[in-house]
Amino acid sequence: MNKVSTGKVIVCDGNEAAAWGACLSRPDMVAVYPITPQSSLVEYLAQFIADGRMDADLMDVEGEHTVLSVLHGAVLAGARTYSATSAQGLAFMFEPYFRTPGLRLPMVVSLVTRDAVSPTCVWGGQQDAMTVKEVGWIHMYCETQQEILDTIPIAYKVAENPDVMLPVNVNHDGNYLSYGVARVELPDQAVVDAFLGEKQVNWHACLDPERPMAVDPLTGGAGGIGPSMFVKYRKGLCSGMSEALRVIEEAHADWGKRTGRYWSPLIEEYRMEDAEVALVTIGSMTGAAKDAVDEARLDGKKIGLVKIKTFRPFPAARIAQALSKVKAIGVVDRSVNFGWNCGPVYQEVLAALYALPVRIPMMSFIGGLAGADITVEHFAGVVDRTFRLAGGEMATQPVWLNEND
Amino acid sequence: MHEVRLHGRGGQGAVLASAILATALVEEGRHVMAIPAFGFERRGAPVVAFLRLSDTEIRRVTNIYSPDIVVVIDPTVVRAVDVFAGMPKAGTLILATAKQPGEIEVPGVVSRVATCNAMTIAMDIFKRQITNTIMLGAFAKATGLVSVDSLEKALEETHFRDAGLKQNIEAVRRGYAETIVLDLGKEKAA
Repeated sequence: MNKVSTGKVIVCDGNEAAAWGACLSRPDMVAVYPITPQSSLVEYLAQFIADGRMDADLMDVEGEHTVLSVLHGAVLAGARTYSATSAQGLAFMFEPYFRTPGLRLPMVVSLVTRDAVSPTCVWGGQQDAMTVKEVGWIHMYCETQQEILDTIPIAYKVAENPDVMLPVNVNHDGNYLSYGVARVELPDQAVVDAFLGEKQVNWHACLDPERPMAVDPLTGGAGGIGPSMFVKYRKGLCSGMSEALRVIEEAHADWGKRTGRYWSPLIEEYRMEDAEVALVTIGSMTGAAKDAVDEARLDGKKIGLVKIKTFRPFPAARIAQALSKVKAIGVVDRSVNFGWNCGPVYQEVLAALYALPVRIPMMSFIGGLAGADITVEHFAGVVDRTFRLAGGEMATQPVWLNEND
Repeated sequence: MHEVRLHGRGGQGAVLASAILATALVEEGRHVMAIPAFGFERRGAPVVAFLRLSDTEIRRVTNIYSPDIVVVIDPTVVRAVDVFAGMPKAGTLILATAKQPGEIEVPGVVSRVATCNAMTIAMDIFKRQITNTIMLGAFAKATGLVSVDSLEKALEETHFRDAGLKQNIEAVRRGYAETIVLDLGKEKAA
């Protein structure tokens, strides 16, 4: 049986935690281009490589489009790869980003989430990651520095699973997590090595003289085998996403056995047992929300919280089940869905709850844009408004938490 | 839980000081969450860094608005920003200044004032006005929340750009030794 192994304790920020997570996963190649608030993450990687702590080729290229294109070649040649980006960097990466899941390339890229320009800002917000949610990458959002470190090896385990074979974004909030410093336990290298096992990245598509093949030939169109081939590939990607729900749970459970840290893989339910009202959160805002839930509980208010860790694939059935018994739901987003005038997580939860026989009143709260803080006091306001929603006070507009800060 | 706000000026190492303090506190088994307030940081502009410490897990990843401990590592920054903003009752002020604690004007919420002539010590040790690690020694003396030993261990794990480990260890020790602490409550009672 696996023995729980406790590692060395360090004190570091979220960017360093991500760099450690990558280092311990032993990528063969890292390609980077710096951008706020990700820059220190790639500086840590460069330092690890310079110090000989990390045995990877560092590709210091001229922009994010090249970062991801270089890594495509590396994965097809059999390498485990890592990168990280934010906001406008992700925008510049979008063309190869779109190709990655279709090619079924397993890789891990951290998104140090940041609000999108314009208006010009360089601070945290999840607009960048939320904007690319439909491309076919798996998206996991972290709450703490430790969860960032632990989720990166877990992400490789998921990405390289033969039933999944998809790229994974491990997302952490710019500023609050990227620069926030906390106690972090470094797992032993042997623990991570045993957890990950042999890498399996290019058995299906490769650039290998021993196995010559055409990678990504022209497909589709309206004649011959084109339409059915294209559907086959698209359905394959959907199937990989669907399988990922199971694989993500298995990988988290395996990690927990080896390290003693059992992170909720898809969603975390906090004090939901007898909850009449629920909050839904994502990312680093969750800690303050849990504190607000505890304070409301002290006042006798039956409230709980559901944190979304895995946003793609969306764990719709689990969310519907977790929220099925409450009388009202307040969803707090750190980004904006312009098309629906609400937060993107709100819209997703709304869709998931269609499966329920009852209609539960829901409200969208948007906060923490462009580096703004979402405090325990903001969450106390969310709790109060959501109880009023349970009492029948409906809302037709989102509540912007920092509107009067 | 204690909430600490460090005030300094860009380039003086307030953010690094909060990270060193966080490391020292973890060394003593405490939980910490240190977050630099962010803006367009530039040399000389007022900056703040936040640090929470607790014997139990800290979940909120937010800025600090009601610090019970304020550390000011630059004597001139008090003229530029309200360092007492949000301080609840029984607060502690730790200030880099040549003045005695009794000479410092403080609002009623402050119950303890500690001063350290950090600029003079900095010129002795570093030949530059870098006071961050000196003021960590002052923090240890004024609050008793961390030991000089733990601060020294944290310094050993820190990468310094502008000075050596030996100088910084001396800085912490002198900061501790030369900080004067005054309890205003006790003075009134006496």
